[in-house]
Amino acid sequence: MPQVSIEVVDVRSEADIVNARVRAKAIAEALGFSYTDQTRIATAVSELARNAFQFAGGGKVTIKPADGKARKGIEIIVEDHGPGIENLELALKGGYSTAGGLGLGLSGSKKLMDEFDIKTEIGKGTVVTIRKWL
Amino acid sequence: MEKVSIPILKSGDYLITSPQVTLHDKMAVQFKSDILQKIVETKAKGLVLDVSAIDVVDSFLVRVIGEIATAASIMGAQVVMVGLRPAVAMTLVEMGFSLEGVHTALDLEKGLELLRKAGKR
Repeated sequence: MPQVSIEVVDVRSEADIVNARVRAKAIAEALGFSYTDQTRIATAVSELARNAFQFAGGGKVTIKPADGKARKGIEIIVEDHGPGIENLELALKGGYSTAGGLGLGLSGSKKLMDEFDIKTEIGKGTVVTIRKWL
Repeated sequence: MEKVSIPILKSGDYLITSPQVTLHDKMAVQFKSDILQKIVETKAKGLVLDVSAIDVVDSFLVRVIGEIATAASIMGAQVVMVGLRPAVAMTLVEMGFSLEGVHTALDLEKGLELLRKAGKR
């Protein structure tokens, strides 16, 4: 497998949301993911980066190769220092929106990935870690 | 952010547009109002939106496309989305998006055919 380095994208504008998903797609491709999986990963990153931008004014997206016991994949961490998510259960269920969107961003990105982990603290921020295996 | 406007072409009673650049959120919203303005100016009966060059459609873009279709329909013009990539279609379905109310066709030709048939009814 080719050497794929860790990439960090600061999300401070709408253009950065696009940049984050373009980088995630490129790294997914370099790691050997299929075109459909690249699309799934890029879409999930787009949703999470937009959440960070919309709700927290910005955040940081870290994209890196993931090493499992017997498998390889990609790991993406999207973190912000925003207000946190008050009703996480509802937000993950889908159809719940505070920003006039479809309310399917979090639940949708979860469905596209193999692993989805979210830690949120009111007043502190939110960290979402997603993984997909090859 | 660079200001890019997406060409909206007129052919007979119909408009055709095919974004070839990645749409940031603001560009997508601008695109929506450009389309609606163009429908008024040209008195178009329908619009074919070709998305074959778009590699990522997330919830924001889904919402904007839905809004374009609904607003155009209220104004008396039908929107047909064509050229959705298989990977994008699969991703949308998996996320639970339905794009209800947006007419779809396989490609530009089939899209125009659909509009012409709808116009005869």
